[in-house]
Amino acid sequence: MGLLRPSLPPGATFGALAEFTTPAALYHACEGVRDAGYTRWDAHAPFPVHGLERAMGLKASRLPWIVLVMALGGAATGIGLQGWVSTIAYPLVISGKPFFSWPAFVPVTFELAVLGGALGAVFGMFGLNQLPTLHHPLFASKRFERASDDGFFISIESWDPKFDAGRTMDLLRRLGAQEVELVASSPDLPNVTTRATE
Amino acid sequence: MSDAGHHTASSPSRPAALSAASLWLPPGHSWRRFPLIGLALAVVGLGGSLALGLTGGEEIRHQLWHSWLVGSLFALSIALGGLFFVLVQHATQAGWSVVVRRIAENVMATLPFLALLFLPLVILGLGDLFHWSHPGAMEHDKVLAGKAPYLNVPFFLIRAVAYFAIWSFLAAWFGRLSRRQDETGDREITRRMRRASAPGLILFALTVTFFAFDWLMSLNPHWYSTIFGLYFFAGSVMAFFAFLSLVVVFGRRAGLLSQVVSSEHQQDIGKLLFGFVVFWAYMAFSQYLLIWYANLPEETVFFAQRFTGSWRIASIVLALGHFVVPFFFLLPRTIKRNNTALAAAAFWLLAMHLLDLYWLVMPNLHPAGVEPSLLDAAALTGCCGLFLAAFGLALKRQALVPLRDPRLPESLTFENV
Repeated sequence: MGLLRPSLPPGATFGALAEFTTPAALYHACEGVRDAGYTRWDAHAPFPVHGLERAMGLKASRLPWIVLVMALGGAATGIGLQGWVSTIAYPLVISGKPFFSWPAFVPVTFELAVLGGALGAVFGMFGLNQLPTLHHPLFASKRFERASDDGFFISIESWDPKFDAGRTMDLLRRLGAQEVELVASSPDLPNVTTRATE
Repeated sequence: MSDAGHHTASSPSRPAALSAASLWLPPGHSWRRFPLIGLALAVVGLGGSLALGLTGGEEIRHQLWHSWLVGSLFALSIALGGLFFVLVQHATQAGWSVVVRRIAENVMATLPFLALLFLPLVILGLGDLFHWSHPGAMEHDKVLAGKAPYLNVPFFLIRAVAYFAIWSFLAAWFGRLSRRQDETGDREITRRMRRASAPGLILFALTVTFFAFDWLMSLNPHWYSTIFGLYFFAGSVMAFFAFLSLVVVFGRRAGLLSQVVSSEHQQDIGKLLFGFVVFWAYMAFSQYLLIWYANLPEETVFFAQRFTGSWRIASIVLALGHFVVPFFFLLPRTIKRNNTALAAAAFWLLAMHLLDLYWLVMPNLHPAGVEPSLLDAAALTGCCGLFLAAFGLALKRQALVPLRDPRLPESLTFENV
């Protein structure tokens, strides 16, 4: 995985892309793909579909842990920096209070904890989602543009251990896909499209 | 959020049709005995307190009214939290909370009954609780003389009546309209309640603030803290969310609301509980920081009292137990969705709220250190009994959810994204 580029399966085929017409169809197809044992795949919808993470069998996100660590790090920085400045680097007696007057340090410590947590949430989310991604092989599919409009998609990547172009596309069709196509890894290679009705 | 998403959302744990048993307290259900159990506890607890406290000497009488005040405030603060919750849900037109709003309405319905707890305090206990109410108190005390236009017995009583009248009126008005909507299904009622909720919140904020000034801050009439009303409010609302968590967890265990209140609602209640744990700490620390920083004797006396003897331990327990421990405990999502964990946190936080009130009141009576008394337990039992009885009465009187609230379907299918 390089900066600004998603981690991609090796080889000429990125994977199979299937289009569904309703969120319900997508939901049930996800259950099917999950139960078939696929691990490297994703679902795409123009809006959040409630419960899709269960249908996909996704594990709980690691993001909360990133936020927690960053928030604790921010807090430690806050209390540490103020404590160091006030006791070692530049000790000053202020209104007769001890050098290490922790109550006075709490507001800054709190703010840095919030800052750390917020930065952890935003950039952790970017990192886990591999964002920003400037190009993705799925963009080669003209149909995929509707993922931000009214289309519902499942993409199964070719480095999934269970991936087999023919069988995977069959499975997606059986699960109610309207259209299934093989997406190439590079824009120079043509996509292969098959219709469910064929 | 598009409606299309909701179709896929129906998880297998939530049946589409609601049975009557989940909407009404079924006949013969154990919760129908709440009024009787509560009344028995109230009679034993309050009667025992009076018998014990009024037959002894002056010292035990002082103890009686201080214990009584702590118990009454404990019950009252939960009820006030319920009133606040109902007002806020209407003001924000909240959809998710409709299935638990009736529980809050039943909680706020206890307010007129809880006024009864303050009657003996006003009639018999005023002189024992409030030093400033003594006839000659201000003669040699310039500070009290200066405060006399506000802090005098007649005005204090007028205010006390006004607080309870306003709270009882708000609770009755919103409760009655909500019940009427159960029968008529009139959507206009929702709009009326929404329009009234904002002025209601202003009234609520003012009355709770001044109630806290009158009944808690004036225990030490020389001391003042402008944030004190918010401090009391924050603890009260937290206590309400703890109580609501318990009702939801044990209600579902007792077969009530199991089809309407899901772990999604439970998680949101847990989030609010967590939020008010933090908000309480924010208020408590803000109050402490400014007083500590300025270091003015007339302000620091409050904390000086509470860092004396074993009160110091109580203060530390409060900071850790009311904030640090529940903060980390309630942080994960899974805890809020787990019945046992949430109920444990709710019990713990109610205990901490009680300690908070005890810590506010008792140093004035026992300046040397914590001194538990049998009267503390008796008065608390009695006050909680009265609360339980009034809550149980309201519970029996009406459906467990607002049956025909226009947002009920939205609430039923609510999911955290």
